[in-house]
Order: sequence, then C-alpha cells, then structure tokens
Amino acid sequence: MSLLQVKNLVVEFPSRHGTLRALDGISFDIAPGEILGVVGESGAGKSLTGASIIGLLEPPGRIASGSITLQGERIDHLSNDQMRHIRGRKIGAIFQDPLTSLNPLYTVGRQIMETIQAHLPVSHEEAKQRAIRLLQDTGIPAAAERIEHYPHQFSGGMRQRVVIALALAAEPQLIVADEPTTALDVSIQAQIIGLLKSICKERGAAVMLITHDMGVIAETCDRVAVMYAGRIAEIGPVHQVINQPSHPYTSGLMASIPDMSSDRERLNQIDGAMPRLNAIPPGCAFNPRCPQVFDRCRQERPELMPARATQAACWRVEGGAA
Amino acid sequence: MNAHKRAQPLVVAHDLAKTFDVSAPWLNRVLEGKPRQLLHAVDGVSFEIQRGQTLALVGESGCGKSTVARLLVGLYEPTRGGLTFDQQDAHAAFKSPDAKAMRKRIQMIFQDPYASLNPRWTVEAIIGEPLQEHGMISNAAELQARVAELLQSVGLSALDMPKYPHQFSGGQRQRISIARALATAPEFLVCDEPTSALDVSVQAQVLNIMKDLQRERGLTYLFISHNLAVVRHVSDQVGVMYLGRLVELADKHSLFSNPQHPYTRMLLDAIPKMHDTGQARTPVQGEVPNPLNPPSGCSFHPRCPLVTERCKTERPAWRELKGIKIACHLAA
Repeated sequence: MSLLQVKNLVVEFPSRHGTLRALDGISFDIAPGEILGVVGESGAGKSLTGASIIGLLEPPGRIASGSITLQGERIDHLSNDQMRHIRGRKIGAIFQDPLTSLNPLYTVGRQIMETIQAHLPVSHEEAKQRAIRLLQDTGIPAAAERIEHYPHQFSGGMRQRVVIALALAAEPQLIVADEPTTALDVSIQAQIIGLLKSICKERGAAVMLITHDMGVIAETCDRVAVMYAGRIAEIGPVHQVINQPSHPYTSGLMASIPDMSSDRERLNQIDGAMPRLNAIPPGCAFNPRCPQVFDRCRQERPELMPARATQAACWRVEGGAA
Repeated sequence: MNAHKRAQPLVVAHDLAKTFDVSAPWLNRVLEGKPRQLLHAVDGVSFEIQRGQTLALVGESGCGKSTVARLLVGLYEPTRGGLTFDQQDAHAAFKSPDAKAMRKRIQMIFQDPYASLNPRWTVEAIIGEPLQEHGMISNAAELQARVAELLQSVGLSALDMPKYPHQFSGGQRQRISIARALATAPEFLVCDEPTSALDVSVQAQVLNIMKDLQRERGLTYLFISHNLAVVRHVSDQVGVMYLGRLVELADKHSLFSNPQHPYTRMLLDAIPKMHDTGQARTPVQGEVPNPLNPPSGCSFHPRCPLVTERCKTERPAWRELKGIKIACHLAA
C-alpha cells in the first residue's frame, strides 16, 4: 500500500479577475521509504503541491477538489488543529532557508525537544537524549554542547542539518523537503543531500524532494515527477525520465541543462516561457512551445498515459507509439 | 585595430585587493576595547583577459568574486593593485574628468533582473538612458531607432518599448538588462551571476544570446558564477577563488579535465551528475571559514585532504606551472 496518495488535486486561488487554477488535477503516490523528486520551473506548482500535503496552503489558496490520503486516511479536509498533530508526527517539513525555519530566540536543543515532547510521550531527560542523538546523526560535531547554542551560532550548512534533525524529531514516515539545498553552496549542498538520503533510508522515511535542480534529483531520487503549468507532464523512474524522456517538455528541459560531459556550442533552448495562470492555453499547456505540436494538442488536454518507460501527458505517446 | 593592439590583453588585473573596515563604531572600540577589524574581501588577484575572450570566476559565496566584479567596473576603488584596460590605468581614468569615456567601454550585468531594472520606467527609458547620458543620440527619433535595434539584438521586439518591467518574465528582463548594458557599445562586459536567478530553460536562452553577441561584436566577458556546468559552457579561461584569492587559473579544458588544486577538485566532485545516477560522490569536508578570521598559511588547509605541515604555516605563492597558474605547495 502506498504511504501517500494524491488524487486529482486541484488548488485554486480566487481573485478579483476570476479564479486561478494553480494546480490542475495532480495525481501521484509515494511508497514507504521511497524518494520522489518533484522538478519544474518556477511557477509550475511544485511548492504548492508540497504545501497542500503538509496543510500549509496560504489563503486565499484552497483545495478545490481531489484528495490527499496518508496511510489510508484523508488529510486534505482536516482542521488546523487536527493537522497540527499530523505535521511533525507523520509528515516532517524542510524548507529552503534554514535561518527562517528556526526560532532565533530559542536554543536548537529546546526547539528539537519541544517537537519531540509535543508528539511523543517521553520525559524531559529522554527528549534531551534523543535531541543529542538526532544532532549526532545529522553530523553535527560535539552535539551535547551544540544543543545549548542558538541558531545564529551555526553556519548555513550546520543550520540545515539542525532543520533536518527537527523534521525527523517525531519520527515521521514522510518528509516534504522544499528546495532544501538551494540556499547553500555547492560543496555544502553535496553534504546535505547525502545526509538527507542516508538518514531517511536508515529510518525508512519516505521523502518528497522538491527542487529545480535536475542533478540533485538524478543523484537522490527513485522516481521523479516533472511539473509544468500546474500539471504533471511526466512521471516515472528517475533513470528513464532523464535518459529517455517521452514528453517533449522533459526532453527540452534535459537538453537545456549545461552538461559537464558534452561540448555543445549552443545549448538547446525551449523558446518562450511558461504561461501565466490566467493565460493557460487550451489543450496541452505546453503546445505553444512544443516542437512536435499537432492539431489535437491545441484542442484536447492529454492526461498521463503510459509511455515507453514512464507515464507522460502527451498525445504523441498515446498507445505507446512514441 | 592593428596587430600590435590585438596581442595585448584587453583587461589586466594586477594584484587587485579590496579591504573593508568592518570594525565596531569608534565609541564601542574605546569603551569595550574592541580591536579594529578588517575584512580582506579580495586579497591580491591577478589575471589577464584577451580581447573577445571570456574569463569565468567561480567560488562559493563570500569568496570575493562579486567584489572583483565591482572593482573591474569602478564601483569600488582598489585598496591595492590596479586594473589596466586597453593599456590605460582604468581607476585613474574613472577619476579623471572624462571618466565617461572609460565607463562607456565597460558595462555590467547584474544577477537579479527583478532588482536591477527601475519598475517605474518603460523599457524605452531604461535602455535609452545610457544613450542619452553618453550623448550618443541627437533626437527622439534616433533614440527610438537605436532602442528598437538593441531590443531586436537580444531577441525582443520594438513593440516592447512602451512596456514596463513587470510585464516581462525573468528571462526577458535579463535580456532587457543585456540590451541596456550593450547600449553604449562597450568592449568589456562584467556579468555577475547573470543566469543564477533564472530557470534552466530560460538560462539556456540567455546564455545562447550572450554567446551570439560575443561572436558578432567581439565582446570580452568576465563571467561570475557558482555553477561550474554553466562556466564550462561559456568560458575560455576559468579562475577558481577561495577566501579572496585565486587558487587556480587555467584554460577551460585543462581545468575541467585535469584540475590541479585540491579545492578545484573538490568543487568538481561536488557537482551533482545527471547521467550516472545512484552514484555517491566524494564526500566534501567542512565549510568555508569565516573570512574575518581566515586560517593561517594556505586558507584552504583545514578542508584539504592533502594537507601538510607546511600548508598550515606558509602561504603558497601564486606561480606558473605547466601553462596554468596555481597557489598550492603540493602541485608539481
């Protein structure tokens, strides 16, 4: 049974000029212990998908239809109070900027212990021991002393380790990590990704890793979902999506990334830009930029369908042709 | 342009250094006995760029690459060392009465196209300002014609002139920045992380335009980035910076195929690889130290896997080695 199941999720933002549909029928699931990557350009809806799952959708944004099921229980219509018991205990969250995720007025130890005691029936002393162990596990040297330190006394990479420890504190089965390494330098980024991967594997926690960095996805994930204009364009095992993409958007995206192993004079570019929410074209949202567009793409919207090794929302792959 | 001129590098930075005074205010220093504190943001950087070539500077945040960019365009005055542009002392020229003549030849593109364009100006005003400032046009009709031409050269349309920056996407805005930088027909463009704020598909558009413009106009670039894959794509030469100093400077091919400095190797190892999935990369040790209190000797020694006693005490000299330049005791 899958751990998390998202079905036909629609997120809308009512505005003066009509309702904007930011997520339009997102469906995927995550198996226990699996790492699912979610990749796409800014505005594709990857962070909104994450926010919907952890119940932190900013009003006026709301889930208009569809369902989110965690371990067989629907969590998309829970009240804030009910959701608070799930956040932290069942779903941990890691955000981009470690400085804003931590309270600058409390020591990191107090913050981790608070999370542990809020969700697990343990004594103060036991919580402290757990906090120290968590910091050790996330690779913070001299954890027993560091637990008394405030966030500003940690460097950027160390802070993100603290945030990971905090997300794991109540032993959740799912971690939603939204651009966890984007604010970090490349050398630190490698350390944090390695840590996230190993620590979640050890504890059997599944991860939904949201990032725009295809390299990070390639190194970390089991499966990947490529998002475009509020929909999933392609989803499948990470090797297949990268090496033999079926959706023209995925191929274009892959070809536009400067690669360390090729010597092309020009990068492959996708002309144009992703449409704004109020101007999503009819049919396939990618059709104005698609090099393989044909009539049907402009009229009918493709749903995800089996392609060679993945699932792609593209009329070209219908019937496994492409 | 005569043959003699072509052989001379267009840009020569010689021992450039910039120190910032980050001491506590005078009263606190007196009352609390705090010492003066100097931050050596750039500490003796030397390089040359040939006309029509691209030098890329890479390094992690805080290594001083943006300070170098600001020194090159004259936004900062160097504490030590100097910059020769086309055989003239650039910083003397920036201070002379006809500073404009020098400024016209060196322009800059900034990282964030959302912050570097005035939101209350039309595209025509944004791109037209340098033309008017440098007296390059005589009437409104000529201004419009030039702006239209510049917009077309970066793949936008003359119809975009009356629009405001918010009507454009990030990639289009960065193209407007490029058109503005090109307005004075400069020879040298300093680009500080020009594509870091952009999505990859849009980044490819901007990088392609920059390469096309370089080919058409013989532009010389200093390209600053922390993304080594982008650097490998655009540059001819690459300089790697660490805590205010260059640690390795080499042509692109030898730097990427045969990196000599342990820090360069570490950076290359840290790049996530797209096509050999599932492979763990060499773990990277430690973090960048506080630049206010850099380590003794070679500033990379606390993170270096090959560290020796000598590295901890003696700062390695900047020397030439088999066609590349490097600052490391162990390279041979």
